[in-house]
Amino acid sequence: MGVVLALLAGWYLAALFGNWNGAADALARAGAIPDAEKIAAATMAQERPVVPAPHQVVSELWRSIVGMPLGSKRSLLTHAWVTLSATLMGFAIGSLLGIALAVAIVHLRSVEASLMPWIVASQTVPILAVAPIIIVALGAAGLTGLLPKAVIAAYLCFFPVTVGMVKGLNAPDRIQRDLMRTYSASRGQILARLRWPAALPYLFASLKIAVAASLVGTIVAELPTGAQAGLGARLLAGSYYGQTIQIWAALFAAAALSALLVQGIGLAEAATARALGARPAGRVPRSAR
Amino acid sequence: MSRAGALALKQPPEFEPAAPRAAQEGPVIAAPVIAARGLSLTYTTADGPVHALSNVDLAVAPGEFVSFIGPSGCGKTTLLRCVADLEQPTGGELTVNGVGAEAARLRRDYGFVFQAPALYPWRTIARNVALPLEIFGVPRAERRERVAHYLDLVQLFGFANKFPWQLSGGMQQRASIARALCFDPKLLLMDEPFGALDEIVRDHLNAQLLELWRKTAKTVLFVTHSIPEAVYLSTRVVVMSPRPGRIIDIVDCTALGRERPLEIRESPEFLRLGQRVREGLRAGHAYDA
Ligand SMILES: Nc1ncnc2c1ncn2[C@@H]1O[C@H](COP(=O)(O)OP(=O)(O)OP(=O)(O)O)[C@@H](O)[C@H]1O
Ligand SMILES: [Mg+2]
Repeated sequence: MGVVLALLAGWYLAALFGNWNGAADALARAGAIPDAEKIAAATMAQERPVVPAPHQVVSELWRSIVGMPLGSKRSLLTHAWVTLSATLMGFAIGSLLGIALAVAIVHLRSVEASLMPWIVASQTVPILAVAPIIIVALGAAGLTGLLPKAVIAAYLCFFPVTVGMVKGLNAPDRIQRDLMRTYSASRGQILARLRWPAALPYLFASLKIAVAASLVGTIVAELPTGAQAGLGARLLAGSYYGQTIQIWAALFAAAALSALLVQGIGLAEAATARALGARPAGRVPRSAR
Repeated sequence: MSRAGALALKQPPEFEPAAPRAAQEGPVIAAPVIAARGLSLTYTTADGPVHALSNVDLAVAPGEFVSFIGPSGCGKTTLLRCVADLEQPTGGELTVNGVGAEAARLRRDYGFVFQAPALYPWRTIARNVALPLEIFGVPRAERRERVAHYLDLVQLFGFANKFPWQLSGGMQQRASIARALCFDPKLLLMDEPFGALDEIVRDHLNAQLLELWRKTAKTVLFVTHSIPEAVYLSTRVVVMSPRPGRIIDIVDCTALGRERPLEIRESPEFLRLGQRVREGLRAGHAYDA
């Protein structure tokens, strides 16, 4: 709570100083004598401030979420839904791809040797540069709308899943693997009954990163393509028209969405842990090492 | 101990080392379950080679109960792991049930009880015990029946639905014994299974194991640090030297008969056998000096 208050205070200060010159100029142009008190008040109520004040952002959020009918172009919820659906689709594709890659890497040495450099290289390419290329290429192939955005989201989010799952699938210790060996268990049985359950904690940790990355990917994909809807489009439109308040509102909506998604995975994680007999929180999880 | 060398080569009379076992047809009279000749194992480690086993000769006939006793680090676990094909000997020959250790493992000829319980923390006790049955494709109804029976045997019936961390170390070890017994292997490899148990439970399980062995004609290889336990359970006690593990004495305990009430441990014959094992262990230490 204290942190929140401090942040709010800092934000107001930033708005005060950030908008000071602009507000002073505006008052001067209007012919008023700009005394400090008037300027200070004006910094809080500009139409296109450099740094919008918190209450401005809140009222913009309120207006565009509650005040607009669902489905309307100006409803933030509409845009959030467009972004969310692409995020979820990209997250699903990316996570499945990431898990499949990890399973392949863990089981086939050759896959690790041949694919790993490419996987790592793929993550060094700046997504802002690749996104338009992918969208244009997919658009030329007749794919528009949700899918191209999801592809870019998946591109960003498979990597943490692959890395986390390779570690998780290799997590079982020697004695746990030896046990399977004494049963002459097949690779599939070892995967299903040992590697997979052992990897679940790693999976959820990676999924949290992945879902956030997926949201970022979707928004980035909405930026350069002249998308009509989505939080990214909203950001772009806002910056195009100098609507800083709208930009900030969209940013907050994105952050809230991201928090919600991560929270959702946290819930799934807790439910899984309970089903798999994890110790209640507060006790160090047992590792058989 | 001058007779040690000769004793090390002592084999049950029915064992014929030269006989090509795989080629034998028809009713084979007591072909050895385990036949090791000149078995050696040297681990390669960063600090140079570790000679864990050196020139071990041993034959175990069907239905025998053979205990291994020796100072810590002398290679008892290693020997069992060789039989289980969890470790590759670096020298000598080893057959299990007439075939190589690997073939025997692939046939699922043995059940292994590790020095640590090696339960999977995400499975309940019942499902841990059911693990080999699942892997071997035993139908669900039979699985349930067997799990119940063997959990009862190790007195864990009330804990079927608990997770491993909810049990004490000794209870976990009993669960792992139930897991090794539940698919009824003809050969049991047990690595200090009762090391973590209190005396009373240990006595109880010793009696149970002896009874099980008497009824089922299983062959058991059993590692222990307890002289009374070894003498009480075994038809033969193999005394090993400090590293590199060699067999320095084999004490025949068949004189105690197959029916052994716990009170037999006070009999003169029992004490005499125990004394002989103790002397063997002492002699082993003297070798080192
Ligand atoms: N994987 C390994 N790599 C290298 N050295 C090993 C390995 N496993 C065992 N050793 C060494 O081999 C020797 C024999 O080990 P082993 O576990 O067979 O002893 P043990 O007789 O079972 O001892 P304890 O009674 O303490 O269980 C030890 O000195 C140990 O340090
Ligand atoms: Mg050991």
